Amino acid sequence: MADQAEFAELAMPYMSALYSAALRMTRNPSDAEDLVQETYLRAYRGFGGFKEGTNLKAWLYKILTNTFINSYRAKKRRPDEVDLDDTEDFFLFRRLGGLEAAKAERTPETEVLESIPDEVVKNALESLPEQFRMAVLLADVEGFSYKEIADIMDVPIGTVMSRLHRGRKQLQQRLWDFGRERGLVPPEPAPAPETAGASGSGG
Amino acid sequence: MDCEKASYRVYHYLDGELTVWRRWTIKRHLHRCPPCAKGYDFEVELRQVVSSKCREEAPPELQRRIAEAIAEHDRAHRHDPPA
Repeated sequence: MADQAEFAELAMPYMSALYSAALRMTRNPSDAEDLVQETYLRAYRGFGGFKEGTNLKAWLYKILTNTFINSYRAKKRRPDEVDLDDTEDFFLFRRLGGLEAAKAERTPETEVLESIPDEVVKNALESLPEQFRMAVLLADVEGFSYKEIADIMDVPIGTVMSRLHRGRKQLQQRLWDFGRERGLVPPEPAPAPETAGASGSGG
Repeated sequence: MDCEKASYRVYHYLDGELTVWRRWTIKRHLHRCPPCAKGYDFEVELRQVVSSKCREEAPPELQRRIAEAIAEHDRAHRHDPPA
């Protein structure tokens, strides 16, 4: 039986981070809570085998990921996840006119990024196919290294890198699509302009 | 290094996963090529935005639920021999 107090002291500080990841995986607050609770229970049961000095955070994420994949995901019907076609690098930056702006010495529209509501970013990430979503989540939100992600997802580092590469591009595409749906980004420049209905809300 | 190669490597650079030599070559390219440098700055900003906008606070009662589940587990296994 593991020491409850020691476990709580070491593992509980990661609760909100694990909950954030669980929410992106399950896309549902109640399921995310169940998943985090199950993760902690499994971690507690396995805590005797956890080696001090190894990466506790990565270990907890591995348990979270395995719990999600093995026992949780199978029970749930999931909405369709559409795999998007491959796009170029810097997709969003290019779409926002960044390269043109950079050439013209204008400030690129990084402020557009800040103006994107949290929900849009979360939805964009959650809309990615699971393997890409997990890789991007672990790297870009949680800051794990390629090696740590390879260990957490139990795949070779090369697979992590390709999932990240595709996942990040798709995330940019989603942000662009969702941003346009909400009129957050200007309409794509076209030779024959459509009715330009996008209006800034001003400040 | 050309721009196409740089735009691919920039992600690995941003991930801190390049060797010293490759880090140096991409740094040099970014220094010499303002459009790529702007693209890089944008990617840095995008990553910060994604990271900060995807953070959640766990509901306060979750900690209590977890503590209860662990206590319940211990009660159920009180008489088990040590693993």
